[in-house]
Amino acid sequence: MFEEDYNLDKEITDYIDWCKEQEHPESYLIAILHKIQEKYGYLSQENMYEVAQKLRVPTSFVSGVATFYHYFRLKPRGYFHISICLGTACFVKGADLVLKAFQNELGIEIGETTSDGVFSIEGARCIGVCALAPVLMINDAVYGNVKPTQVSELLSSLRAKYNQEKKVSA
Amino acid sequence: MNKVNIQIDDINLEVPENSTIMEACDKVGIHIPRLCYHPILSNEGACRICIVEVDGIYNYLPSCSTYVFDGMKIKTNSPEIRQARRDLVELMLDNHPMDCQLCVRNGNCELQALSYKLGVRERLFEGVRKSYELDLSSDSVVRNAEKCILCGQCIRVCANVQGVYNLSQHHRGVNTIVTPAFLSSMENSVCVKCGQCINVCPTAAFTEKDYTEKIWAALNDPDIFVIAQTAPSIRAAIAEGFGHPPGVNGTGQMITALRRLGFDAVFDTNFGADLTIVEESVEFLKRLESGEKLPMITSCSPGWIKFLEHFFPELIPNASTCKSPMQMVSTLLKTYYAEKNNLDPKKIFVVGVMPCTAKKFESRRPEHYNVEGGYPYTDAVITTRELIWMIKAYGIDFNHLPKGNFDLPLGFSTGAGDIFGSTGGVMEATLRTCQAKLTGIQNQELEYFDVRNVEGLREASIKIGDKVLNIAIANGLNNAKTILNRVKNKEKEYHIVEIMACLGGCVAGGGQPIPDVGEFIYPLDKNMIKLRAKALYDIDENKSIRRAHENPYIEKLYEEYLGKPGGELAYKLLHTHYHPRLPKGI
Repeated sequence: MFEEDYNLDKEITDYIDWCKEQEHPESYLIAILHKIQEKYGYLSQENMYEVAQKLRVPTSFVSGVATFYHYFRLKPRGYFHISICLGTACFVKGADLVLKAFQNELGIEIGETTSDGVFSIEGARCIGVCALAPVLMINDAVYGNVKPTQVSELLSSLRAKYNQEKKVSA
Repeated sequence: MNKVNIQIDDINLEVPENSTIMEACDKVGIHIPRLCYHPILSNEGACRICIVEVDGIYNYLPSCSTYVFDGMKIKTNSPEIRQARRDLVELMLDNHPMDCQLCVRNGNCELQALSYKLGVRERLFEGVRKSYELDLSSDSVVRNAEKCILCGQCIRVCANVQGVYNLSQHHRGVNTIVTPAFLSSMENSVCVKCGQCINVCPTAAFTEKDYTEKIWAALNDPDIFVIAQTAPSIRAAIAEGFGHPPGVNGTGQMITALRRLGFDAVFDTNFGADLTIVEESVEFLKRLESGEKLPMITSCSPGWIKFLEHFFPELIPNASTCKSPMQMVSTLLKTYYAEKNNLDPKKIFVVGVMPCTAKKFESRRPEHYNVEGGYPYTDAVITTRELIWMIKAYGIDFNHLPKGNFDLPLGFSTGAGDIFGSTGGVMEATLRTCQAKLTGIQNQELEYFDVRNVEGLREASIKIGDKVLNIAIANGLNNAKTILNRVKNKEKEYHIVEIMACLGGCVAGGGQPIPDVGEFIYPLDKNMIKLRAKALYDIDENKSIRRAHENPYIEKLYEEYLGKPGGELAYKLLHTHYHPRLPKGI
């Protein structure tokens, strides 16, 4: 890791500069990590190293905090991030079977990302729409009444969407 | 200071109001069992073994972090408390490998001793054990997370004492693990290899990398000429491994033991220390004259040098380019000594016996290899602890050995070399020589008491001839940080700075004997460090020659081989260079 690799967004480095003027700059560490995850979807080692250098908090402490909280992701999310609600209502309505269908189709476990970077899955707690159980979210969109048998088809349509969007951006 | 009256197990006593229950108990001879407490580190309260009962409070309280109050009634022993402590240890053992017989800390492990003391005789909570890979990446420090009991002493010594902050707890709950940043290996971290984590670890979660196998093999090979060189601090601590209290001088027995182990020659790293002073004072006087690259910072401590490369790369030009005494001796053994005795340098095996784990790393630095021959100048480095083990393994009765003497010429040293092992020693030795060279008068002051002390950070102004030298001495890298920041920010102007990585200097290095668990002496105990240092100052005082440059064998070495101090060949063989390292330290 070199200084040339520093690539945090200006918005975040400005925030770190502001934190450093406060009474206990180190107490803003979690807030900074939140901002990075919001921006990049996860905390990369390079970004954490840069935070440590700029905030003057030991790197081992930054990674210690990042691994302590389950909320922080240390690996990049997929292009489509699928959070499957495993709360009580969804679970009773068969969310575990939905999850299993995704795991079988994608060959990954909770918290993992497919090797092509297209899909990642995560177990979520209640999303707040129990009436639609079992519920899942793909990026910001909510899907209700999901049946395990629909998973395969859903993934194919997402993959088609991905291919198209990639083509457009290319 | 206000005092409060408390009662401990029916003993009434008066203690200062800011004492903890544990401190009060220690005063009246009640030793509460403990695992995560260390007097010089911050309070963690992680192990909960030191719990006591306080009248009127429902829960047991940790005595290490509970302060006394007036009228406090404390009970340190009851069947329930003993049961609770035993349960806690049993829960720790639940997640601990049951391989005491195979463990390097067998017989001197705090967890093992505590299990015995508290009466753990069976495993009641056996469950799923965590399993981690052994981290063998570093040349110096081996990390074995399976043996970790999460007391956090390594993290605290690395942060509070050394200012390195290499270690931290990662993940949480049953998955908690102590590692460098990003769960990386010890090698890919800012670890300075000082080995203090080994000294404070109550178990064998941190140990030194073992080089003894290589040495046994070399000793057993008739074609190889095996040479030992012993650092100043070994003689002040080795006797502790054979039942003596700290501060007993074991030089003579140590030399005999090394000969009996089969070493073909036993030399003294102190010779290298004398030589370092000769080279370093030439370098210093040159810098003093030109006013460049001041302050000059000493470079004998390889842990400190690695710290410099990670944490203060901008100050690298200030470090003396002199090799450490060990590397000077090793280099001369494979050049000067080999030529003189018609030995093939490739058939010489040099073993450094060092109080230091960072020396293992130093010996593997590419700068310390013979480029044409492709061999290292120092083949293996073992710590005091490893040598003690080798002596025991060979069946040598250390305490009944006759006293031996070092071989010549690289076994002769002046008193200046002896005191290298203590903080302030390098400074004092340098001052003795610089004073003689600056004033031209030989028999002046020999003992610079201003620099003698084991405090972590000292500053003084010393008048030599018509010059006043501002000096600073730091031991423990956190103290070094303070001085280096003053240098970096140009707050103070020093001429010469001595830095040793470990608290008290090499006498308390990461490879020194760990106090016996039964002795109630903490690793890094100040009194223990003072006693070891005193042993060195006593050796110095009893020598007739006490200035490094007056060593007759060094004079001969320059005459016969090296030319003049600071000359071309001396520079080629006895000096080195440093380079910035990543990751950067904070």
